[in-house]
Amino acid sequence: MRLRAGFPYGPPTWPGSVPRPPIERRTGVDFETGWARRYPARLARAVFVDQMLRPVVRALVPPHVHGIDRLESLEGPVIFVANHQSHLDTPLLLSALPDRWRHRAVVAAAADYFFDTRLKGTLSALVLGALPVERGRVDRRPLEQARALLDDGWSIVIFPEGGRSGDGWAQPFRGGAAYLAMHGGFPVVPVHLEGTGRVLPKGAKRPSRAAVHVTFGSPLRPREGERTNKFSDRIEEAVAVLADEQATDWWTARRRAAMRTTPSLAGPDAGAWRRSWALERGARRRPVRTWP
Amino acid sequence: MPRPGFVLDVDRSTPPTLFWHGEGFRLERLPTGSRIIYPPEPLDALPDPDEAIRRALLEPIDSEPLPALLKPGMKLTIAFDDVSLPLPPMRQPDNRQRVIEAVLDMAAAAGVDDVQLIAALALHRRMTEAELRHALGDRIYDAFAPHGLLTQHDAEDPAGMLHLGTTDEGEDVEINRRAAESDLLVYVNINLVAMDGGHKSVATGLASYKSLRHHHNVRTMQHSRSFMDQHRSELHSSNWRMGRHLKAAGVRIFQIETTLNTNQFPDQFAFLQKREWEWKAGDRARYLAVTKSLERAPERLSRRIFQSMKAPHEMTSVQAGEVEAVHAVTTENVYRQQMVEVQGQTDILTMGLPYICPYNVNSVMNPILVMCTGLGYFFNLYRGQPLVRAGGVVIMSHPTPWEFSPVHHPSYIDFFEQVLAETTDPLEIEAKYEESFATDPWYIHLYRTGHAYHGVHPFYMWYWGAHALDHLGGVIVVGGDPASVRRLGFKPASTMRDALEMATDVVGRDPSVTHLHCPPLLMADVKA
Repeated sequence: MRLRAGFPYGPPTWPGSVPRPPIERRTGVDFETGWARRYPARLARAVFVDQMLRPVVRALVPPHVHGIDRLESLEGPVIFVANHQSHLDTPLLLSALPDRWRHRAVVAAAADYFFDTRLKGTLSALVLGALPVERGRVDRRPLEQARALLDDGWSIVIFPEGGRSGDGWAQPFRGGAAYLAMHGGFPVVPVHLEGTGRVLPKGAKRPSRAAVHVTFGSPLRPREGERTNKFSDRIEEAVAVLADEQATDWWTARRRAAMRTTPSLAGPDAGAWRRSWALERGARRRPVRTWP
Repeated sequence: MPRPGFVLDVDRSTPPTLFWHGEGFRLERLPTGSRIIYPPEPLDALPDPDEAIRRALLEPIDSEPLPALLKPGMKLTIAFDDVSLPLPPMRQPDNRQRVIEAVLDMAAAAGVDDVQLIAALALHRRMTEAELRHALGDRIYDAFAPHGLLTQHDAEDPAGMLHLGTTDEGEDVEINRRAAESDLLVYVNINLVAMDGGHKSVATGLASYKSLRHHHNVRTMQHSRSFMDQHRSELHSSNWRMGRHLKAAGVRIFQIETTLNTNQFPDQFAFLQKREWEWKAGDRARYLAVTKSLERAPERLSRRIFQSMKAPHEMTSVQAGEVEAVHAVTTENVYRQQMVEVQGQTDILTMGLPYICPYNVNSVMNPILVMCTGLGYFFNLYRGQPLVRAGGVVIMSHPTPWEFSPVHHPSYIDFFEQVLAETTDPLEIEAKYEESFATDPWYIHLYRTGHAYHGVHPFYMWYWGAHALDHLGGVIVVGGDPASVRRLGFKPASTMRDALEMATDVVGRDPSVTHLHCPPLLMADVKA
């Protein structure tokens, strides 16, 4: 039985004949995260990420990071775009980011999942530097907020699939990252995360140990006259090439890319069991090297 | 945008309702089906009150601009409302200070040397220096008081009063001589309720007992329905006749009236301004902290805490010029802040009475003032018809202690001990006792030299409730001292539930109940 203190010790009841005013939303996309980018919160986050998150990630899933050299000449705010299979993706990617971006990056996070309560929102903003975005409907406010942050020198991590993959294959990329890049002229760095779906897939309660790979691609910029959806497709293809590079080797991936035969991130257009079969047994598996 | 007032129908999910209870509060759960009249929210303040005052003086209603009325060598008198307004006393700067400083600036520019200020206190007690300084500000006080140019009206000074004849209905018109003989009398009002202002300012505020008794009597009050509605108020009709007589006799009055919003309580008492279901955790914490502290505090300390409270009232309008034209605008502004439309009367009217009324500022709320506040002021906060039906019951909540201030209310003590012990019938009291109290030399001495209300003042307080006493079938006081409640002729009850049960003996089973939710102030526009 739940005991509730009566008024005035507890909150008052609301008379039935008085219409309730619309509740002022302070969760979801309206959650205020500006405080999480001020120095006290940044310091706390930097300490947390460097002293706790990275050691735990390294111990749990030792990441193999590839392609860092492709970012050598890159400066300023960047949009990191990655595929998304697991809750582990954000800590893994934050751990793998080079120092110059790691402590000045925000992560676009689903408002309805990470900011549905004030406690979750506060922890997400403080620990991950998360920024709430709507994934169910078009809302320009988060995009404008993200644009302002990029202008202010912050980098953004975006998982453009809008949520974790349900079966291990990627979902279509949405255009938010491309939109930001088109309207602000910021470079997009494609990132492929491999293996997190095996460590902590969607629906799993406990992680299992497995090797994971983080592959950074070459920065992409919109071409002259390129439309947002075309640029978004190009970003998705770049992540697919990185996936292929991880599954095969760089040269094979480049040749398949040139011939436009790179395996799709979305997997075969087939029934559920065949998609699972292809994921576990098929094209995405690294071929066994016989020699040397 | 402030929300208008409204009538709430109590249902099972309505939280307990806040009642004033003197220097404390009660939370009472009213029966399902009762009505609660909630006041409108405070109106927005004037953005620049000083500029609004200046504009009102330069562009008056039906009058020449004030600077055009000011001439070197003239005799100028500025009268102002006394300590009874506003309630609670407002934070400095008070409206009177703002307005009088603006008037004096113009008088100085016009080269007027003969200026005198008069506190228009009629038969009220004289104000203390601290009270005058609070109302007028130190600049005015220090400039005028040391030279004897800041005075307080003395209705018992034979040399200080001037009889100006009688009205068509034979009412004596006698007011302060200095005011009557001035070339211009500027009256500065604070109109807290609709009763204030108009011709009542001068014809009452600066009058003598000889003049006042023509409208401060039982017959007038019983024919004022209500005295908050000047068009149906015999009190106002009499004052208007006197005011027009003054004008005809050559007394030139420049009336300045100001209205206030209902921002009556400082932050720590902000819950008093809110509807109960909108109380946030902070409001509830403050309510509990205040009530628990007051329960444990000695009575004198509680009184001091409340009496030291200064209201964050804000000016909502200011108008100046010809008395009647100005007052018409002012009344509309008061109604705009306070009026709530209510459909039909009720069998039982409940009300919580506060720690303060116009006559106990910095003093004790004695039982006679409890009666006057409940049956005089609160009962009369209506337009149209009374909130409670004829033969209905009023239930008031107040501790009603048998306690008086011997400094401020000496005649009240004798009125309570001698007169009310004999009878509570206003007509009998008026006929048998009024004259002797009004002319008692000791009371007159205390009124003129101390800080005592006039000897006749408790009678006026009783007459103030005469309409209600004539109209009602019974009055019950919840949580009051039984001895003093019985002395008033009312019935004491320990709890609201008991009081409602007792009331059914008068109004029958299943009565309709309406609660007048003050604070803050409101006025009911009762439709048939």
